[in-house]
Amino acid sequence: MAKDGLTEFRLIGTRPDRPDGLDKVTGRARYGADFALPGMLFGAVVRSPHAHARIVRIDTSRALALEGVKAVVTRADLPDGLEGEDWDLQENTLAGDRALYDGHAVAAVAATSRLLAEEAARLIEVDYEVLPHVIDVDDAIRPDAPVIRQGAADASVPEGMPPNVVRYMEFGHGDIEAGFAEADIVRERSYRTEAAHQGYIEPHACVGQLGADGAGEMWVCTQGQWYIRRMCAAVLGLETAQLRVTPSEIGGGFGGKTTIFMEPLSLALSRKAGGRPVKIVMSRAEVLRATGPTASASMDVRIGMKKDGTITAARAEFRMQGGAFPGAPVDMALYCAFAPYKLPAVQHIGYDVLANRPKCAAYRAPGSPMGAFAVESLLDEMCRELGIDPVEMRLTNAVREGDRASYGPTFGSIGLVEVLEAAKGHPNMAAPLGPNQGRGIASGYWFNHSGETSVSMAISEDGTAQVSVGTPDIGGSRASIALMVAERLGIPYEDVRVNVVETGALGVNEPTHGSRATFASGKAAVVAAEQAIAEMCRRAAAEWGIDAEAVEWVDGAAQPAGPNAGRFPPMTIAEIAGKMGQTGGPISGHHEGLPEGVGASFGAHVVDVEVDPETGRVTILRYVVVQDAGRAIHPAYVEGQYQGGAVQGIGWALNEEYVYDDRGRLANPAFLDYRVPVASDLPMIDTVIVEVPNPGHPYGVRGVGETGITPPLPAIANAIEDAVGVRLTHLPMSPSKVLAALKGRG
Amino acid sequence: MSKVHVTTTVNGDAVEFLADPRETLLDCLRDHVGLTGTKEGCGTGDCGACSVEMEGVLVCSCLVLGVEANGKRVDTIEGMSDGHDLHPLQRKFIEHAALQCGFCTPGFLVAAKALLARSPDPTEEEVRYWLAGNLCRCTGYDKIVRAVMDAAAEMRQEAA
Repeated sequence: MAKDGLTEFRLIGTRPDRPDGLDKVTGRARYGADFALPGMLFGAVVRSPHAHARIVRIDTSRALALEGVKAVVTRADLPDGLEGEDWDLQENTLAGDRALYDGHAVAAVAATSRLLAEEAARLIEVDYEVLPHVIDVDDAIRPDAPVIRQGAADASVPEGMPPNVVRYMEFGHGDIEAGFAEADIVRERSYRTEAAHQGYIEPHACVGQLGADGAGEMWVCTQGQWYIRRMCAAVLGLETAQLRVTPSEIGGGFGGKTTIFMEPLSLALSRKAGGRPVKIVMSRAEVLRATGPTASASMDVRIGMKKDGTITAARAEFRMQGGAFPGAPVDMALYCAFAPYKLPAVQHIGYDVLANRPKCAAYRAPGSPMGAFAVESLLDEMCRELGIDPVEMRLTNAVREGDRASYGPTFGSIGLVEVLEAAKGHPNMAAPLGPNQGRGIASGYWFNHSGETSVSMAISEDGTAQVSVGTPDIGGSRASIALMVAERLGIPYEDVRVNVVETGALGVNEPTHGSRATFASGKAAVVAAEQAIAEMCRRAAAEWGIDAEAVEWVDGAAQPAGPNAGRFPPMTIAEIAGKMGQTGGPISGHHEGLPEGVGASFGAHVVDVEVDPETGRVTILRYVVVQDAGRAIHPAYVEGQYQGGAVQGIGWALNEEYVYDDRGRLANPAFLDYRVPVASDLPMIDTVIVEVPNPGHPYGVRGVGETGITPPLPAIANAIEDAVGVRLTHLPMSPSKVLAALKGRG
Repeated sequence: MSKVHVTTTVNGDAVEFLADPRETLLDCLRDHVGLTGTKEGCGTGDCGACSVEMEGVLVCSCLVLGVEANGKRVDTIEGMSDGHDLHPLQRKFIEHAALQCGFCTPGFLVAAKALLARSPDPTEEEVRYWLAGNLCRCTGYDKIVRAVMDAAAEMRQEAA
């Protein structure tokens, strides 16, 4: 399906076994909690049971008196004077004078066993003065709401805004009122989404060691070891280069492991315990209460449309709470909300609001699913009203290369039209529907992030290659990077080993986030391979006594570039590598930079549902994900990203939400009650990989990891209306909400 | 709390350890026996990452006390392959890309093996309901279900 027809690769697009597969099916792979060191202590964290409370007194004496307890830390052990995001991280690591949410860490203890540490944590006495709290975003934005933190607003917030608004944005283009005046119908609706958790199955875990000299080490499950290093150093006042962070295998992250939570505590405890290493493993309840879920949102959308489906103007006002700290992804939600549409006039307004909830973290396409829920739902309703096919409406308004994006820039090569055409032609679109069954479609968008990237590769003595990358492998990126390097070097896939390395081994890398690993580390690895190839060509040229420019690299060997270059048999990578010690020393390549040429990815999902009119339960009957991958390096893992993203979106749409009681305590901090989709909830998830190659990547890669979570929320809402004629505007669309809507219909 | 001497058989090997009576079988396997392939995802029996077989019965090892393993036979992910020969389920999981992060994989493999022992020719629906106690957040289950069905087919062919 490639646009350029140039898909003749030796390895790109094949599906070899992933290199880390054997370790992962035998239980050998070492994740965060699997690491241990001699003399290791175990840490436990004391957490606030209140949504908002002044910390009056912390008495650690009974805990410290317990035999085997080696250290206790409170905020008094952390340095003063931090500002901005560093202060936010420190405040979230350990509460200062107030606990800001249920689960906020207040103290931590290290002891000789896990059970002892937990017992000691229970002996730490904290006196609280409970303060009024606020949970809901619309409540938090009221002028008389309890104030989370005075002075937290940045310069973007105009005078006179309510105190919990900490960021404000307004952007757009065109004459919005003229656009609405031109429309045949103008419709407006409000939508709400609830906070959802990434739900990675592996709880956060680390082992930290820090000596009196300020030098330390950490082993941790993370999406980004350099982020861990920088953030821990900032929170603890360490010199960054003195901390060496080694990533373990990672049991899922989805954005939630791009920041720190309890990691600095292991280092702080270690320092107080004479430098003994300290292991901290979160419980599931701690993960849900005190790591970073996504924001909750309250959104108003207004759209003008002509009778033929042309959108004339669009306006979105989004309010999001991301917990007790700035950072709700309202900006990203607004950038993505109208991204699939070419709009003559558009206006975006956003509010980032504080509430007494945990500090939100990134969750797969942060913000985009909420915005899509609002916009794609309203568009579907307008198509119904006008009797227009929802796919045709999307094609009528689809952005193409050269169009101005709703959020400002001009699109380069994109594949939205190809995606919509593929969805239109998919057999699921023609599947018959029975009573109480309906079909929904929605589009989605996410960027492709570049970011700081450092990669090195070295040719081994036998002509095999090792690649060192700084982006942890969450979903098969070792395989995709090995495929690209092997393709370029002209050697077997099995001859390339990709290692995810620690912070001491490379320059700075951003995490595996922003759908960047295969794009950015992959692109840098190809550049590194090309440097090694150039050097190998020089070695061959020197041996042959010809110019290096007269040597080319073909099928894993140097050869004269043409008959005029001389007649020499090809010199293979193994031959060159075998004598590199005599011909000039090691052969390697490396690349450090911000890889340019990112390629954004559009998707469209088609879902068929059945609604049980007795219970309100929604069953997914069929599901297909269509998305532009640019080019699928390892198609099985591209499909895996599509399927996994879709199912996370299905969970968010139908079941998942943070439920708070009237005292602001999280009421469902367990997988039993925070219910993610299970195998019996789902059908097979069909996928169509559209390939409109990204010209900015040597093999055409786009970021594929995140777009897939975006369309399910609106697609399912649209399918429910198609099935039973009710429109749900508040997630999750749980049986009780669907039943209430059906009853309201009469 | 005084510890209890536990004698058990893990993956066919005789094993002894001292367990705090509050420790789960999962804790004991990971911390005392040194087998960290069995994972803790929730500690409340909801995610299945800690699945093992005790006396041939599939259990969440986070819901079994370590002292309960005394005199019993326990089988974990580390005992699933025969030396270098992977169990068909292990091979099919790799072949079908049925894992992304791989953290839930040991639990899925142990649970799927227990399914195929009692039902060698399961329907897709049977596989989905049997594995409903194992959470995977990466794959959406599609490739896991396919891998289990394919392994079952291969095992039936081998048995025939």
